[in-house]
Amino acid sequence: MSKKMHIQMTVNGEEQEFLAEPRELLIHTLRERLNITGPHIGCETSHCGACTVTINGKSVKSCTMFVAQANGAEVTTIEGLGNPDSLHVLQEAFKEHHGLQCGFCTPGMITRASKLLEENPTPSEEEVRFGMAGNICRCTGYQNIVKSILAAAEELNSAKEAAQ
Amino acid sequence: MSVAKPLPHDAARLHVTGAARYVDDIPAPANTLHLAFGLSQIAAGRITAIDLDPVRKAPGVLRVWEASDLPSDCDCSPSAHDEPMLAGHTIRYLGQPIFLVAATSHLAARKAASLAKIDYQSRDAILTVDEAMDADSRFGEPRIWQKGDAGEAIDTAPHVLEGEITMGGQEHFYLEGQAAMALPQEDGDMLVHSSTQHPTEIQHKVAHALHLPMHAVRVETRRMGGGFGGKESQGNALAIACAVVASATGRPAKMRYDRDDDFMITGKRHDFRIEYRVGHDDDGKLHGVEFLQLARCGWAQDLSHPVADRAMLHSDNAYALDHVRIESHRLKTNTQSATAYRGFGGPQGMLGIERVMDHVAHALGKDPLDVRRANYYGDFAEDKAQSTPYGQPVTDFVLNDLTETLKARSDYTERREAIADWNAQNPVLKRGIALTPVKFGISFTLTHLNQAGALVHVYQDGSIAMNHGGTEMGQGLFQKVAQVAASEFGVDMDVVKITATDTAKVPNTSATAASSGSDLNGMAVKAACEAIRDRMAEHLARIHQDEPADVVFRDGEVHVGGNRLPFAEAAKACYEGRVSLSATGFYKTPKLSWDMIKGQGRPFFYFAYGASCSEVVIDTLTGEYRILRADILHDCGASLNPALDKGQIEGGYVQGAGWLTTEELVWDDHGRLRTHAPSTYKIPACSDRPEVFNVSLWDGRNREETIYRSKAVGEPPFMHGISVLMALSDAVSACGEAYPALDAPATPEAVLKAVRRVRGVL
Ligand code: FES
Ligand code: FES
Repeated sequence: MSKKMHIQMTVNGEEQEFLAEPRELLIHTLRERLNITGPHIGCETSHCGACTVTINGKSVKSCTMFVAQANGAEVTTIEGLGNPDSLHVLQEAFKEHHGLQCGFCTPGMITRASKLLEENPTPSEEEVRFGMAGNICRCTGYQNIVKSILAAAEELNSAKEAAQ
Repeated sequence: MSVAKPLPHDAARLHVTGAARYVDDIPAPANTLHLAFGLSQIAAGRITAIDLDPVRKAPGVLRVWEASDLPSDCDCSPSAHDEPMLAGHTIRYLGQPIFLVAATSHLAARKAASLAKIDYQSRDAILTVDEAMDADSRFGEPRIWQKGDAGEAIDTAPHVLEGEITMGGQEHFYLEGQAAMALPQEDGDMLVHSSTQHPTEIQHKVAHALHLPMHAVRVETRRMGGGFGGKESQGNALAIACAVVASATGRPAKMRYDRDDDFMITGKRHDFRIEYRVGHDDDGKLHGVEFLQLARCGWAQDLSHPVADRAMLHSDNAYALDHVRIESHRLKTNTQSATAYRGFGGPQGMLGIERVMDHVAHALGKDPLDVRRANYYGDFAEDKAQSTPYGQPVTDFVLNDLTETLKARSDYTERREAIADWNAQNPVLKRGIALTPVKFGISFTLTHLNQAGALVHVYQDGSIAMNHGGTEMGQGLFQKVAQVAASEFGVDMDVVKITATDTAKVPNTSATAASSGSDLNGMAVKAACEAIRDRMAEHLARIHQDEPADVVFRDGEVHVGGNRLPFAEAAKACYEGRVSLSATGFYKTPKLSWDMIKGQGRPFFYFAYGASCSEVVIDTLTGEYRILRADILHDCGASLNPALDKGQIEGGYVQGAGWLTTEELVWDDHGRLRTHAPSTYKIPACSDRPEVFNVSLWDGRNREETIYRSKAVGEPPFMHGISVLMALSDAVSACGEAYPALDAPATPEAVLKAVRRVRGVL
C-alpha cells in the first residue's frame, strides 16, 4: 500500500481536504468519501460515461482518474449544476422532454451536455450526437436525450439574446 | 383526468439532479461489510484442491465462505432448485462463483477474491448447441406443437425451401449493475434492498437460504437503473449472499458486481439456431412450415422453459399458418445460465418466421412486404374464424390497416424504387429497406403469475400514498399507475405519492415482467381506489342528502348534494366520520387457459401490434453500415401516457437493433466469455442512430377490458429491430444473385462475409 497523500480540491464550490491513497479512484472519492452519489458507476472502464464530472472545465470520466490527478482541481458534479428546487436549464429540459427513463445515465449525460454546450453553444443535431457519443444510455434510444439538449441550447441562447 | 397525458417520469426531478437513489446510493452504516465472489476459471470439471488462506489473510478481509460453510444450499434458482449460490466441487461454467469474501470495502473484497489458489481437473465442456445435441444434454424432453400436417403441406407445395438462422444472445447491460444490501433486524429478521424486478422472489429465496419464514424477510426496491429481464432472477445470488453474511456477522452487508463480473456471472438472452423447411406457392403464400428451434440455455434451468415456449408461441408472428410444426430443444451447456431478456424468447421465435418471409421473397424475386402481406392474418370478422398455431383465436388483428398506413407514411414504395435505381449506379455502397410487423402476446404464460395487488391510503389531509407490487426500472410504471390513482380520485398528480415496492406492503407479487406491469398493477390500484372512493361517496352522500352514485370526484373536488368540497376537506370529513380510508386492491387477468405441454389454449389476454420500416446503407468493401431512417407505428391501445410509451418504443427499437447488429457475445474454445466489458461488447451509442427517426402511436383502444383500454408496451417494440436486419439483408442482396442468409448479430464482419458470399468470392 502506498503512502497516503494530502489532497485538496474544490467540489461543487466547496473546499475539501483529506488524506487518501493516491491511487484511489476519483469516483470512489466522490461517492464514498464525500457522499456525492449523483455520478454513478456503470462500467469502471471509461466506456459508459455514467461517472462523468467536470474537472477544470473539461469532461472527465471519474472512474478512470486517480484522486491524486485531481489534486488542486475544481470539480463539478451534477449536484453542482442545480438542485431539485432550482433546476439548471439542461435539467429542466431533460425532465420536460423525457430525456431519461431509468435515470442511471442521466447525471453523467447532463454533466457532459453542459460542457458540450459551453464548447459549442449552437450545436447541430449531428454535433450533439457525436459530442455525446461517449455516454451510453441503455433505455431511451437517445432520441429524447438529443431533443433535450437541443431544447436547452435554444433556451440558453434566447436567454443570452434577451440579456444583450 | 391524469391518464392519457404525456407527463414526465415521476422521479424526473430527482434523476436530473442526481438525487434519485439506487441501491448503491443508499447510505450504508459505518460497519457495513462489502462482498465479492471468487469465480471459477474453467467451464467444466472438478476442484481438486483449494487454498483460500491468501484470501483470508488479505487486508480488510473479515471472513470467507465456501459452499460447505453456508447455512443451506442457498439455492438461487427461480424454477428448478438447481442453482446453489456457490459451486461445491463440481464446476458448471467459467465464471461460476466458488467462494464468497466479506471485507471492509468493495475493493478489498475484490482484490482478496483474486488471491485464491485453486487446482482444477477440467473435462470437455459442452459449449454449443451441436455439442449439447450430440451429448443429449438438455432440460426436459423436446417440446413439439403442431397444427394441421406441415410435412404433407410442404411436400405438396409448388416450391420448397430450407434454411437456418443463428441468432446470438445479448447482454442486458442495465446501466446500473446488479446490487443488493442486507440489514440485520431484531429477532433474526432481515431487511434487504435489492435492485430487482422481483422483490417477492428475493424474499422467498432469502427466507429459504436462512431457514426463515417469509414474514421475517422484508425486501424493498425503490428503483433499478434498468432491468430488461436481467433482474428477474439474476439478483438472487447477491441478495442471498448479503443476507447470509448479515445473518452470520450481525453486520450490514452490501454487494455490487463489478461490470466484468456481471458479464461473467449473470445470464443473458438465449442464443438460438432455428432451422426451417417451408412450402409455398407463387405468391409466397405459405402452405406449410416446420421449425426446429435449438435454444442454448446454459448450465441451469432458470427461466429457459417459459422462454423457449414463448419462442414457439411467436413462430407465427403476424401470419396465419394452417400447417405448422414447431420442435423446441432446450439445451444444457457449460455457459452462463441464459435468462429473461425483453421479449423473453418472443424475438427469437419471431425472427425465425421473418427470416422465412425474407427467404421466400428472395426466392420468388418479390418484394418481401408483399409476401408478408400475403400471409397476414385477416381483420376480425364474426364469420371468419382464425387462430394461432396454438389455437388462440386472433380477434384483434390491426396489422392490415396499420401496415398500409405505415407503408404510405414512410413512402415505402417510392423509396424502394429509388433504392433500386441508386444501387444500380453505386457499386460500392448499397442500400436496403425493409418493413416488418410485430404481433406480441401479452400475459405471463404461467397463468398463475397474472395477478397483482395494491395498497392505497388516503390521509386526513387529502394526500394519497400508493403502493403496488410492480417495480420501477425506468419504464415509467410508477407514473402510469399514479396517473390511474389521480384519475380515480379526480385529483392532481402532486397529491399522489408513490412509494418504494415493499414486500411488507403488498405480498406475493409477480415479477415486473412480460410487459404486464401497468396492466396488472394499474388494475389493482384502480380496484383499491374504487373501494375507498365508494366508502367516501357513501359517507358524504349521507351527510349531504345525496345518492352515493351521484357523488363526483373531479378537478380536486368532490361534488355532492349541490356542494363542492375540496378533496382534502372531503377526506377530513370521512376521517372524522370514522370511514376507513385505506384499501387493498387485487386483480387477476381474465379469460386465460393454457396447456403448455400440448401447446393449446389461450395463453394471452390480447396481442400488441406494430410495424417498423428501416433503411440502411452498407459499404460493400468493409461491411460497415448505417441506419438511415426508421419509421415506426405502434399500437399501445388507448395510451396511458403517450410520452412514456414513445420512449419505450424508441428505446426498444434501438436495443432490438443492437441485438441484431453490433452486440456480439464471443466465447472462446475454453468457454471463457471474451466480450465481457463495453470495450469489446458494442452497445449502440448516441451516434449510431437512424438519421431520421419517426415514431407514432396507432390510434386505437384495446378490445379487451384493460386499464383504460391501454396496451402493454415494454417488450413489443424491441422486435422492431428486426426490420434493421431485414434491411441489411436487402442491401446485401443487391450485390448478387444468392440469398444473403445473414445471421445475427450482423456485425460489419458478418455483413462483409455475406456480401462476399453473395458475390461468389467466398
Ligand atoms: S463508470 Fe466511468 S465510464 Fe462507466
Ligand atoms: S435512462 Fe436508463 S440508461 Fe439512460
